[in-house]
Amino acid sequence: MSVDETTVRRIAHLARIAVADEDVGPLQGELNAILAFVEQLGAVDVEGVEPMTSVTPMRMKKRADVVNDGGRASDIVANAPETEDNYFLVPKVVE
Amino acid sequence: MTALNELTLAEARDGLKAKDFSAREIAQAHLDAIERAKALNAYIVATPDRALKMADVSDEKIAKGEARPLEGLPLGIKDLFATQGVHTTAGSKILEGFEPHYESNVSSQLWRDGAVMLGKLNLDEFAMGSSNETSAYGKTISPWRRQGSDTPLVPGGSSGGSAAAVAAHLCLGATATDTGGSIRQPAAFTGTVGIKPTYGRCSRWGIIAYASSLDQAGPIARTVQDCAILLGSMAGHDPRDTTSVDLPVPDFEAAITRGVKGLTIGIPKEYRVEGMPAEIQRLWDQGADWLREAGATVREIALPHTQYALPAYYIVAPAEASSNLARYDGVRYGLRVPGKDIAGMYENTRAAGFGREVKRRIMIGTYVLSAGYYDAYYVRAQKIRTLIKRDFEAAYASGIDAILTPATPSAAFGIGEMASADPVEMYLNDVFTVTVNMAGLPGISVPAGLDAQGLPLGLQLIGRPFDEETLFAAAQTIENAAGRISLPKAWWA
Repeated sequence: MSVDETTVRRIAHLARIAVADEDVGPLQGELNAILAFVEQLGAVDVEGVEPMTSVTPMRMKKRADVVNDGGRASDIVANAPETEDNYFLVPKVVE
Repeated sequence: MTALNELTLAEARDGLKAKDFSAREIAQAHLDAIERAKALNAYIVATPDRALKMADVSDEKIAKGEARPLEGLPLGIKDLFATQGVHTTAGSKILEGFEPHYESNVSSQLWRDGAVMLGKLNLDEFAMGSSNETSAYGKTISPWRRQGSDTPLVPGGSSGGSAAAVAAHLCLGATATDTGGSIRQPAAFTGTVGIKPTYGRCSRWGIIAYASSLDQAGPIARTVQDCAILLGSMAGHDPRDTTSVDLPVPDFEAAITRGVKGLTIGIPKEYRVEGMPAEIQRLWDQGADWLREAGATVREIALPHTQYALPAYYIVAPAEASSNLARYDGVRYGLRVPGKDIAGMYENTRAAGFGREVKRRIMIGTYVLSAGYYDAYYVRAQKIRTLIKRDFEAAYASGIDAILTPATPSAAFGIGEMASADPVEMYLNDVFTVTVNMAGLPGISVPAGLDAQGLPLGLQLIGRPFDEETLFAAAQTIENAAGRISLPKAWWA
């Protein structure tokens, strides 16, 4: 399988990465090189094989359903580009 | 007398205990060496004030007879580990200005045990690369050069800063991470030892995520013993990482003297890849001979799905990366570039903040997870991963204790030599290491000799799950037989 320019633009949008017009062509080439490389996986017989979900046999650990952290809002927002009163500020979403 | 920064970690530990020198002296020796080695660009940031403060605490502890296991030993930290109050970048512009208010589990255990932090080490952006050429903070230059040449070489990647700093005596040891070979390949390129432990051995909490089902932390150091000492402090159960295993941490250092008598070592015939340089094959044969002479049985084994590991990795890792890196949106930390609306802000921030290789992998990951392609790519790759793991299980079930392979298909290459338009060429560097991540197994890279141009080459040993001890024992046998590689003279200082 290979991707065309429209698909490159669609993937970029899904990934929320702005791509300049002049970069679409080169990206298309690079993505197609990778897709050509992984093509060989089609040759493997995977009939009846379970997809791996965990490399080591382990049960999902669960913890007690209690509050065990928190009360550190100023730590949480300390690295944000824009904040106000311990809230993250973003451009207006709803008119 | 050997300069303090040229001691091994074990020698430094003994010297500090015997009060031959102080923690402050050995910290200062490293800080001076770092200052002189700016040309290598191994450190993104050095933390001299913190180092000296920690060293002073260590000196007090030693004076009171309360020395902890790593008391006063200066280490470098890969800049993928969150360090409280110290700029943490993942080698990316998108984390510009990020100063975590928390400490990664692995680094916190090193400080708990008395180690001293020298600074943060350079890496490929988000640990995606095999040459340390993709860092937004500039390339790291290897301290190694080809005989009679001053062509700058790569230290490997993604833990290139860690490997270069260890090889150039800019720390006694360093933390590193390995998703497809990022500890073992740079260790092989720089004549150092690096171990990727079994998945789950070290907590991933506080390590910036690349591909969560593959990422594991481990040390790079100058000897097998030093790696064993460091892993003993880095490993251990952490309830904050649900994939961290609740198993006791063995005495890894004690394992190095076990030897290989009675062990059976497998040689996988599928690793004899087409076009492999003759000197790599010779080194591999030599390694097998060394283990045989030390009392091991060596026999050929089959790992039939080996060739599919790398392509399957280039589906699984980018898929997980595209999900993990969705968090860099200009809202909670790091860079923000305004746009016409919130989606425009996301798109502009990510376009400006991520480098080319990172964007490429996020886009591949987004594609293989997108509607209509998920089964054909992602699910198929995860099935192949099951087959790869079964290959190893069959080998171990047939009585194999560890597997010997070359660590890399070649010695280090020059900066820019792999800059072709085809990203796959660079990916092939990980052909011998990536299977280990896909199967969650432990793997160690140990220097075994030099190539015709005087560059180090490494051998890799792959173990059973949670049997790092056998790897340390076998790697020590190789280190004993090969002799320690003498690291390059400081042309940069």
